[in-house]
Amino acid sequence: MRNYDIVVIGGGPAGLAAAKSAYENGCHSVLLIERDTKLGGILNQCIHNGFGLAHFGEELTGPEYAHRAMVELQETASGVEILLDTFVMEITSDKTIYAMNKTDGYFEIFAKAIILAMGCREKARGALAIPGTRPAGVMTAGLAQHYVNIDGYMVGRKVVILGSGDIGLIMARRMVLEGADVLACIEIAPQPGGLARNITQCLEDYGIPLYLRQTVTAIHGKERLTGITVSEVDENYTPIPGTEREIECDTLLLSCGLIPENELSRKAGLAIDPKTGGPFASESLETSVPGIFACGNVLHVHDLADNVTKEAIEAGKAAALFVGGTKETTSKDAIDNPKEFPRKVVKPVEESKQEIADDGAYGVRKMTCIICPRGCQLSVVLSDPPIVSGNSCPRGEEYAIAEVTHPMRTLTTTIRVRYEDGSLGRISVKSNGEIPKEELFELAGKIHHTIIDAPVQVGDEVLPGVVATSGT
Amino acid sequence: MKYDIAIVGAGVVGASIAYNLIPYDVSVLLLDKNNDVAMGATRANSAIIHAGYDPKPGTLMARLNVEGNRLCEKLCADLSVPFKRCGSFVLAFSDAEKNTLQELFERGVKNGVPDLRIIDAGELREMEPGIGEEAVAALYAPSAGIVNPWELCLAQAEVFVRNGGTFVGNAEVTAITKSNDAFSIETTNGEFETANLILACGIQADSVHGLIAKPDFQIVPTRGEYFLLDKSEGSKVNHVIFQCPNELGKGVLVAPTIHGNMICGPTSEVLKEDIEDTATTSAKLAEIKTKAARSVSNISWRDNVRNFSGIRANSDNDDFIIREIPDCNGIFEAAGIKSPGLASSPAIGPYMVELLKSSGIALPEKSGSYDMTRKKIHFRDMSNEDRAKLVASDPAYGRIVCRCEGVTEGEIRDAIASPIPPCSLDAVKRRAGTGMGRCQGGFCGPRIVEVLLAQKEDTSPLSILQDAEGSNLFFTRETEVES
Ligand SMILES: Cc1cc2nc3c(=O)[nH]c(=O)nc-3n(C[C@H](O)[C@H](O)[C@H](O)COP(=O)(O)OP(=O)(O)OC[C@H]3O[C@@H](n4cnc5c(N)ncnc54)[C@H](O)[C@@H]3O)c2cc1C
Ligand SMILES: Cc1cc2nc3c(=O)[nH]c(=O)nc-3n(C[C@H](O)[C@H](O)[C@H](O)COP(=O)(O)OP(=O)(O)OC[C@H]3O[C@@H](n4cnc5c(N)ncnc54)[C@H](O)[C@@H]3O)c2cc1C
Ligand code: SF4
Repeated sequence: MRNYDIVVIGGGPAGLAAAKSAYENGCHSVLLIERDTKLGGILNQCIHNGFGLAHFGEELTGPEYAHRAMVELQETASGVEILLDTFVMEITSDKTIYAMNKTDGYFEIFAKAIILAMGCREKARGALAIPGTRPAGVMTAGLAQHYVNIDGYMVGRKVVILGSGDIGLIMARRMVLEGADVLACIEIAPQPGGLARNITQCLEDYGIPLYLRQTVTAIHGKERLTGITVSEVDENYTPIPGTEREIECDTLLLSCGLIPENELSRKAGLAIDPKTGGPFASESLETSVPGIFACGNVLHVHDLADNVTKEAIEAGKAAALFVGGTKETTSKDAIDNPKEFPRKVVKPVEESKQEIADDGAYGVRKMTCIICPRGCQLSVVLSDPPIVSGNSCPRGEEYAIAEVTHPMRTLTTTIRVRYEDGSLGRISVKSNGEIPKEELFELAGKIHHTIIDAPVQVGDEVLPGVVATSGT
Repeated sequence: MKYDIAIVGAGVVGASIAYNLIPYDVSVLLLDKNNDVAMGATRANSAIIHAGYDPKPGTLMARLNVEGNRLCEKLCADLSVPFKRCGSFVLAFSDAEKNTLQELFERGVKNGVPDLRIIDAGELREMEPGIGEEAVAALYAPSAGIVNPWELCLAQAEVFVRNGGTFVGNAEVTAITKSNDAFSIETTNGEFETANLILACGIQADSVHGLIAKPDFQIVPTRGEYFLLDKSEGSKVNHVIFQCPNELGKGVLVAPTIHGNMICGPTSEVLKEDIEDTATTSAKLAEIKTKAARSVSNISWRDNVRNFSGIRANSDNDDFIIREIPDCNGIFEAAGIKSPGLASSPAIGPYMVELLKSSGIALPEKSGSYDMTRKKIHFRDMSNEDRAKLVASDPAYGRIVCRCEGVTEGEIRDAIASPIPPCSLDAVKRRAGTGMGRCQGGFCGPRIVEVLLAQKEDTSPLSILQDAEGSNLFFTRETEVES
């Protein structure tokens, strides 16, 4: 039997930031439990960039963001105890935690406060009830991401993405860079689900068509997927008979939404908000059970890791105050006056307002700024020099001018590593800064044909112009 | 080598026959065209151990159903196969249907079904609060149960192999010829010789029979589709809930599964072209929703985990066909084993053994000892104290591999060590229960792939299968192929 003031469940960005914040706010008996063998959560497989602009003021890949968060925790809150490879099996409303691992066996922990940071999972095929056969080759985009980025397996050759969530968009690009044909991205809603910048840099960059108001209505193939039927849908998302068409493919990746992982919460009797799928929480992120707090994707699905970190800092602080006795429980508020989370509003792509009139002499190009998640809609008059409008900051203008003169992109991919014992592994890498768009495939090819030697640390230059974003 | 007995078809019927031959000193070969056991109807059905009021009194089906139901409890206990005698209801939605209940009741009594009774709406709602408003009465059969059907098959096959029996997969029987005192069986995985032959081929019963003689029956393959809903729904019902057949056709059932999910289905559709087409269709899935809602009102279809379908080996004969094939000495068959074939299966094996004996097949008893039981760890069903003890004695049980079903590394290791080693992700799933939950392998998939790769040296990821032969998961990573 062990006692801690605060136990944090989950070691993704939410858990890492919550533990650090609890410690910094005066609680020095903190335990963080993570079921994986390393910290970082889902970020470890998100090898693409686009993280960290808000929290670290710098564009990072997922593994780099996780690495930074871990370093921060070690530097400022080194007293936080961490249990890896440990699964929390059950929590109770009186804050007993049943956990298990190979060294300590099955054990109980008593906590004064618990912070839930278990993240979320993807909607699988069942939740969509797509009729047809059940062949290999139909999987969630996140699972494909794990196979491709962590394990290094190629999951398909002719790929269709169902759903335009960010993970699906990111995987569309990833599969193309790995040599697959991505035939289409199919979205049931009238507007894409993912960030506008991902539509641009993951679909448009590679000429992958996005079909809105359509869905997959049948899956074909006995052993391996051989094709799908796609139909248009009406405004109630019901397929319209007669609009069916067939697409031949061997892989269908599902990117149709995330669901907070609340098995543990339910068993502990936490009230769950049917709107978010996560527990109800008060302004101070306390759930309906006194002393149990929640943050990150377990609470509601976030688009950005930076927002997760921000929320987790609040949760850590609230838990520390609760344990220190300087703050009363707000668990009643969780039900009576629950905190509203910004529901993801998917705006139809907006025309830029202060558009500069095109006098017809040059022509105009419209584009989405991909520099930050805001995704401003830009118009560029193709004069010399080009004239940009629609941007909310100067970086947008820079981006737009570069885009019409010499488009630049950051490449993120993986590279094989040979360990001392001869075995092969894989780490993630990125181009050292942006490179000309037309050189993406060439550099990717060079990286994929190289095997580097371990050890490698985050930030090492492993090839000229290529740096490691995770280590061995 | 020449076998004494070869069984074709490793569904629950073939497995039961193989299992019941363990006490005898004969060499037995179990063949299947698939790469694992339980790949036919046995893995895709309602998983109900029917009480036995459905079959016509006096039929073989009536006798074997009631007998199979009775035997099931001990058999499952011996084999560590999850089984629960949860009881069943047949609902009546009108007075006319009450008459049907009465008929079923009388049939059941004649068949020897224990403790049957008709209950009124009040008692029904007390026992099953979620029942739909229309129900006015029900036939209650406390002896009905639920089981894990593929595990029932697998466990018997495993114990059969452990006791010296032989299982050969990927062996589709394509020809059978008689030579002197033996039959030679040509398969897609080698040729085998046997003195006696037992066919238990499910929907292929007539075509495999046709390899020897013109069949005097015809299989009418009839597909049934299902919804399998999340555990959050599974707790909404405690009994198997049937409907009376009515003018709209056969009803659908709503039942808890042994894993705690809810199952709704099956539909009924005769397959004309591809008799192995286990696709689901939007029309039939919609039909299930409408029909099931009459039995249980608040089913949340959003919480669907999986749709699937299975194909019944219905035949143009009302009864099971279990016999020595006329004019084919030494060749036996279990054909037309439609529902309640699973419930009857524990009695089909023993019945076949008696049939062999009465046909003069020599079945000397083994002189040495043999063990017909199997011990298996189901970590998630254990108490906290027992878990703690187990993990202390064997740390492999201390790591969770499948988060939805709480399956441990130790259980995966046990699955790999099965006398019939798994050769695909789904085969591990059938043995350990991984990937059955709401994420459908999204979390544990990569971990199981790792285990399968580690099983044999030099296994290429390209050879990893999802399920049947041909269901390869991965392709070569062409970008990394050195040019
Ligand atoms: C595929 C994908 C792509 C994304 N791309 C971007 C992007 O481009 N830019 C961006 O800003 N954001 C992106 N996000 C969002 C961002 O990464 C997530 O919002 C963030 O990682 C969520 O953090 P978290 O800590 O709440 O959850 P997670 O990172 O999922 O961490 C949860 C942790 O809890 C652990 N855990 C769960 N249950 C238990 C248990 N019972 N016992 C012990 N441990 C447990 C898990 O192992 C995991 O490590 C992406 C998210 C996903 C899923
Ligand atoms: C939708 C549905 C619902 C059902 N619900 C229930 C229920 O709730 N309760 C109940 O008691 N019963 C139920 N049943 C019936 C039950 O599932 C079957 O009766 C039982 O599984 C039959 O087992 P089997 O071994 O005869 O057939 P199968 O499991 O189909 O096995 C036959 C095997 O023979 C093999 N085979 C075929 N041809 C060849 C060949 N040429 N060479 C080698 N091998 C071959 C196949 O690969 C297969 O593995 C249901 C059936 C269906 C389809
Ligand atoms: S213009 Fe500025 S604010 Fe707008 S998306 Fe680009 S970088 Fe972000």
